[in-house]
Amino acid sequence: MALLQIAEPGQSAAPHQRRLAVGIDLGTTNSLVAAVRSGVANTLPDEKTHHSLPSVVRYTEESIEVGVDAELYSAQDPQNTIISVKRFMGRSLSDIQSGSQDLPYQLETSENGLPLFVTKQGKVNPIQVSAEILKPLIIRAEKTLAGELEGVVITVPAYFDDAQRQGTKDAAGLLGVKVLRLLNEPTAAAIAYGLDSAQEGIVAIYDLGGGTFDISILRLHKGVFEVLATGGNSALGGDDFDHLLHHYLLNQWQLDSLSATLSRQLLIESRKIKETLTTENHAIAILNLDDGTQLSHKVTKSTFETLINALVKKTVSSCRRALRDAGIKIDEVLEIVMVGGSTRVPLVRDMVESFFEKKLLTSIDPDRVVAIGAAIQADILVGNKPESDLLLLDVLPLSLGIETMGGLVEKIVSRNTTIPVAKAQEFTTFKDGQTAMAFHVVQGERELVDDCRSLARFTLKGIPPLTAGAAHIRVTFQVDADGLLSVTAMEKSTGAESSIQVKPSFGLTDEEIGAMLKDSMANGKEDITRRMLAEQKVEAARVLETLNAALKKDSELLSEDERSLIEQAMARLATMSCQDDADAIAIAIEVVDASTQNFAAKRMDNSIRLALTGQSVDSI
Amino acid sequence: MNYFELFSFTPTYHIDTVLLADRYRELQKTVHPDKFANASEQDKRIAVQRAAHVNDGFMTLTDPLLRAEYMLSLHGIEMRHESTTIKDTQFLMQQIEWREALEDITDSSDVDACISQLYQSFSTYAKQIEDKLSDLLSSLSDADLLQATDLIRKLKFMVKLKTELERIEDALFD
Repeated sequence: MALLQIAEPGQSAAPHQRRLAVGIDLGTTNSLVAAVRSGVANTLPDEKTHHSLPSVVRYTEESIEVGVDAELYSAQDPQNTIISVKRFMGRSLSDIQSGSQDLPYQLETSENGLPLFVTKQGKVNPIQVSAEILKPLIIRAEKTLAGELEGVVITVPAYFDDAQRQGTKDAAGLLGVKVLRLLNEPTAAAIAYGLDSAQEGIVAIYDLGGGTFDISILRLHKGVFEVLATGGNSALGGDDFDHLLHHYLLNQWQLDSLSATLSRQLLIESRKIKETLTTENHAIAILNLDDGTQLSHKVTKSTFETLINALVKKTVSSCRRALRDAGIKIDEVLEIVMVGGSTRVPLVRDMVESFFEKKLLTSIDPDRVVAIGAAIQADILVGNKPESDLLLLDVLPLSLGIETMGGLVEKIVSRNTTIPVAKAQEFTTFKDGQTAMAFHVVQGERELVDDCRSLARFTLKGIPPLTAGAAHIRVTFQVDADGLLSVTAMEKSTGAESSIQVKPSFGLTDEEIGAMLKDSMANGKEDITRRMLAEQKVEAARVLETLNAALKKDSELLSEDERSLIEQAMARLATMSCQDDADAIAIAIEVVDASTQNFAAKRMDNSIRLALTGQSVDSI
Repeated sequence: MNYFELFSFTPTYHIDTVLLADRYRELQKTVHPDKFANASEQDKRIAVQRAAHVNDGFMTLTDPLLRAEYMLSLHGIEMRHESTTIKDTQFLMQQIEWREALEDITDSSDVDACISQLYQSFSTYAKQIEDKLSDLLSSLSDADLLQATDLIRKLKFMVKLKTELERIEDALFD
């Protein structure tokens, strides 16, 4: 007779019970969702067996349509049908309008510089539009996997700056979805490729998508995926090929301007021509004007290649720079993995191949590999594979700096620094009695502030009034594993932490997200306070669980007094988490945190010491 | 725990970079925030801080200039924020020559060759400085350490030259 295994109360969670998490590739043109099922990662299809969802959102008076349904109306209703919204993410209206593309939208700008699309459903910002794309993917995943998701990994171009990353994370936040991690697209591709091929050594991931280009150089070594350097352009992709063709055809037909509808139609036609030219030597472009005339033009492959040559060359320059930054010679690269739909363009393949002097790896599905890599990472992060050896070490794509006198940039963290990273810088006051100081954080490689991207402005307040130069303020810039920046400051002589208000230059403030979340919840199935309470309860359970395990294992690091303090705090948290007051639970967690801060740090430092003990004996 | 202790190395200037990289990966497997995705918010915060510390340690010990400065700081000599002055005229003449060479790159008939030749010259010269530093930094005498500070200032000049060359190269890429 088999004996039943009974888990001790409070330690439930059967070991084989899988937690649900997915990887989402939120693309410029298409988006995908993937999950690990029975040990295999794959993209999830919708009811009509389509894996990819066109990243198109249409706002009508009655509803919001996403994907194929929206795409059908792309030409008919261009003002209300938003395509390639990823290109608007983290950008200001003037950034976007300075681009070469003519946009059919009615655009406005929000108070904090976000572009707003004026649609039949009112004004929407790019973060909200992106959330609309995420929504059906999450619903699809929850239906397919038959359960609520505990979290998602969303991929972003490696070259995305802080504002673009934050915007992407906020889009998921608007849906109340937990983002386990923002993962760089080429790194995601490397995971899928590396785990599949078991290749070790240097690989280059060339990722040319609809609107963005990334090149990442990685070292694959015993389950560690170490990004050595990354480069690219977050405003260069297959879309630009379409726009060049669009522009060329306008010229050929001597058309000055087109209605928004015709312009969108020509853009769609241009994309078709591009796609035809990946296999054919020529294609016929057709456009039906409103007066019934039909225009046509034969586009040869070589004409198309002349048009896009300069753009493709730019990507090759990025490859050269990334290799140099990585300190890698061309012949050390074992494999060049081609990712993204635009790598189907023959000229792209030819030029990349001749630069690397090596055959390219094109056997993996360039459209799905990113989502698959994200799914693998999501599965591990959510805790389904505790024994996994996989580790990703990624880098900051663009240098971070602050504005100094004369509009110059002082670099704080250089590009291609491995993240997480924390850098402290000291500042002092300029005038007697000065109690506040203004900072402007920028991202980019150029020397002038105006040539870099403005990330945030903040004012440091509460500096003790001293003579000029006497106050020493230590400002710490920290970039986490998602590539997101946070800033803390401290006045050294008094030890007082100063308050910082970080106002994102082109993003949403926490309050705005809170308000939007409330709005969306008001119409949705769930009520925000209930969700907040549920989240706090989960966090409380997590805190108690990890702490119980830690106390069992490392109690010798604690004195009698410390231990009893911690146990009191834990008991209170346990009581609170059975009641329904989210704020009280949050406070109880804070109390536990405060009482265990030293213990947690000691434990971490202990494990650091232990990590190398086995090795140091034989190698020193 | 200083960075040498963190990576279980004896504090010498010459360092086995392969072993260092191995240990770096081992440490990151222990502290990286991804390993704490299911831990409490507090543990996550500490993990980010420790992972950043390990990254900084790795960068400091890998980079010849940062490593030298760091070793001096362990002896109580702080150089990171000082403004550099050098009196060695021969060295300064060489610097001026190289600065001029940088300016002439764009007029060169073979830009690529010109750039790679300069990289080569810079790294050969920097290597010579590093070799001398290695001896001086293993000494504990004040005179030797003082001499080391002088060499570190020179190394800083070499790093600036290299950065400038990279900037020129970048401009040509665009």
